Amino acid sequence: MDTLSAALDLVASGDAKLVSIVLLSLTVSLSAVIVAALFALPLGALLAVGRFPGRSILTVIINGFMGLPAVVVGLMVYLLLSRAGPLGPFGLLFTPTAMVFAQAILVAPLLAALTRQTVDDAWREYQEQLASLGAGAAQATATLLWDTRFSLFTVLLAGFGRAIAEVGAVMIVGGNIDGVTRVMTTTIALETSKGDLPLALALGLILVTLVLSLNALAFATRAWAQRKFG
Amino acid sequence: MMKHLRTALLASFSLILFGAAQAAESFITVASTTSTEQSGLFGYLLPAFEKQSGIAVRVVALGTGQALDVARRGDADVVFVHDPVAEQKFLDEGHGVERQEVMYNDFVLIGPLDDPAHVGGKDILLALRKIAADKAAFVSRGDRSGTHAAELRLWTVAGIDIERVKGSWYRDTGSGMGPALNTAAAMNAYLISDRGTWLNFKNRQNLGLLVAGDSQLFNQYGVMLVNPARHASVKREAGQKFIAWLVSRAGQNVIAEYKIGGEQLFFPNAKK
Amino acid sequence: MEEIFPLVLSNVGFAPEGVALLENINLRIDRGERTVILGDNGAGKSLLMRLMHGMIQPTSGSIEWAGSRERPAAQSLVFQHPVMLRRSALANVAYGLALAGVPRSERMDRANAALSWVGLEHLAARPARMLSGGERQRVALARAWALEPRLLFLDEPTASLDPAATREVERIVSAIHKAGTSIVMNTHNLGQARRLAEEIIFLHRGRIAERTSADLFFRQPQSAAAESFLKGELP
Repeated sequence: MDTLSAALDLVASGDAKLVSIVLLSLTVSLSAVIVAALFALPLGALLAVGRFPGRSILTVIINGFMGLPAVVVGLMVYLLLSRAGPLGPFGLLFTPTAMVFAQAILVAPLLAALTRQTVDDAWREYQEQLASLGAGAAQATATLLWDTRFSLFTVLLAGFGRAIAEVGAVMIVGGNIDGVTRVMTTTIALETSKGDLPLALALGLILVTLVLSLNALAFATRAWAQRKFG
Repeated sequence: MMKHLRTALLASFSLILFGAAQAAESFITVASTTSTEQSGLFGYLLPAFEKQSGIAVRVVALGTGQALDVARRGDADVVFVHDPVAEQKFLDEGHGVERQEVMYNDFVLIGPLDDPAHVGGKDILLALRKIAADKAAFVSRGDRSGTHAAELRLWTVAGIDIERVKGSWYRDTGSGMGPALNTAAAMNAYLISDRGTWLNFKNRQNLGLLVAGDSQLFNQYGVMLVNPARHASVKREAGQKFIAWLVSRAGQNVIAEYKIGGEQLFFPNAKK
Repeated sequence: MEEIFPLVLSNVGFAPEGVALLENINLRIDRGERTVILGDNGAGKSLLMRLMHGMIQPTSGSIEWAGSRERPAAQSLVFQHPVMLRRSALANVAYGLALAGVPRSERMDRANAALSWVGLEHLAARPARMLSGGERQRVALARAWALEPRLLFLDEPTASLDPAATREVERIVSAIHKAGTSIVMNTHNLGQARRLAEEIIFLHRGRIAERTSADLFFRQPQSAAAESFLKGELP
């Protein structure tokens, strides 16, 4: 109960620092999902629609990578962006950009796998009709992505949920720098380290509330779309 | 829908550009230790420097070993740590230059308030021998941090080969100071902590300070510039300014002023 | 307008993985025809239609349109369960036109005209998937009709519809035929075959058992299989 009231006090106080941490979390994870979606959505659709050698293996790999540990991704991106690494000269380590990179890599397999599943279901239904109308592979893919847009929106939110809740990757590539790369999860980790458990838990409650609200939004969107578009 | 997507795309790309642009601003990256960060010192110290110099200081807080590794890869401009032996090795390898001693505080032995191994007092070596003899629960950082290095050195000085005698009573947690304290609090175990993190630590439960003030517990902090000749990206001038300020009268005064509950945490001892 | 007739199937067989589903099909479809394919479930009616439509390739024999093996654009197929995209009825019709390469400026006019033609102009803006079964089938007819086909395939178009919707679809099919489009339709509704067919193709176990004028077929089927089919007897 103390924790809950601490959380409410925190939110009610509109503490500028807390607000900026929450905003950074949202910006980084949202950007990561958008960047990942640019690659993952077409890839998922291609895996559903395309018939090419290596398709099954690629599907298995992507499904497997859904469970990629965040710290492993963080470490990979760290080695990539480190001054001593191949992308070192860009000086991106310990910046929000690095965090976007890491989270994008983290959620891309999830987005691709769920997109493949969604588009595959639609493809079974649409295949003959689209073939009859003379749609090529690219046109069919575009049509399927558009027609499953509400389901894909839920997919994107699932990716966003994974991104905003992870701590391992952003801790390593962001460095948890106060005011620069400190997001909700790294703050929670830090406050836990300091033994300030009520504050850590209060922040956790804010995070959970945020993720729950997003899922409620996804649910409502789908219900609305189902009513409106069938 | 497409329109929103486009706007969102623009926003995300501008974030990436913005991130890169930020990298060009005037700031330095300091690889430091969890003890300095979690004791709250940086939160007190850095605004004073930033205000005076216009240079922002970005602290990445890790264990001393990790902090030195990050610097070895050229990912930091300055290292601010507390393990003189490891620091000397870092200098010898040519990764660091211009080491300066900045301040000290001390390590303390934390343990259950009822002190089942009867170690309370001023003699850390005796205390460690009693803990080992009793096989009393002990939490080790186990993360190559400065505190971990100090703990291992203390066992050796006490004449105990910890690698040989350690058993289930010796918990190697591989974690930062705070998490190690949380673990010790949960297990009612002994552990070596730096005084600053302990003072700032809130989840004490039944833990208390048992041994302090032994000269063996001296904890020296040093600062170095990452060698610009080795790592071209190092911001030499800004880094040197920060180091110079830390050891200046102004910087040393601010360090001395930082207190928690009226207690001074760090004692400036830069050589003039 | 491109010439697509006659559509000629010569010794066509379809045997995926060695299992013969259609064998030795010889068939000619001409301009102005109104042909109904009858047969038991599993006789290969839908398969034959998909082969003629060009959606799948025969494993033996040849299919030629006016002497060419190129699949022509001026022919379309309406399914028993047409897929409606998640967009308006009008946009569903326009979608077919877009795939056919009709310029953007013409699409809406042609789509609107086709919807009016099936009597659904008042539902143009409604989400297509929210329409009733009969209305969806009429949107599918409009989508096919908008492409100005010279041959229209219909695969059991009324099998899932109530009598009123069935009548409406039959009316539209007749009108399409009157406008000069050949019709090839699968059905298992004998009344419908009587009402619409000029000719009957009777498929039995993957082969054409007979091809007869509708009059003759219903009076005096030429094959034993068709005779027992009409009597509703099990073979």
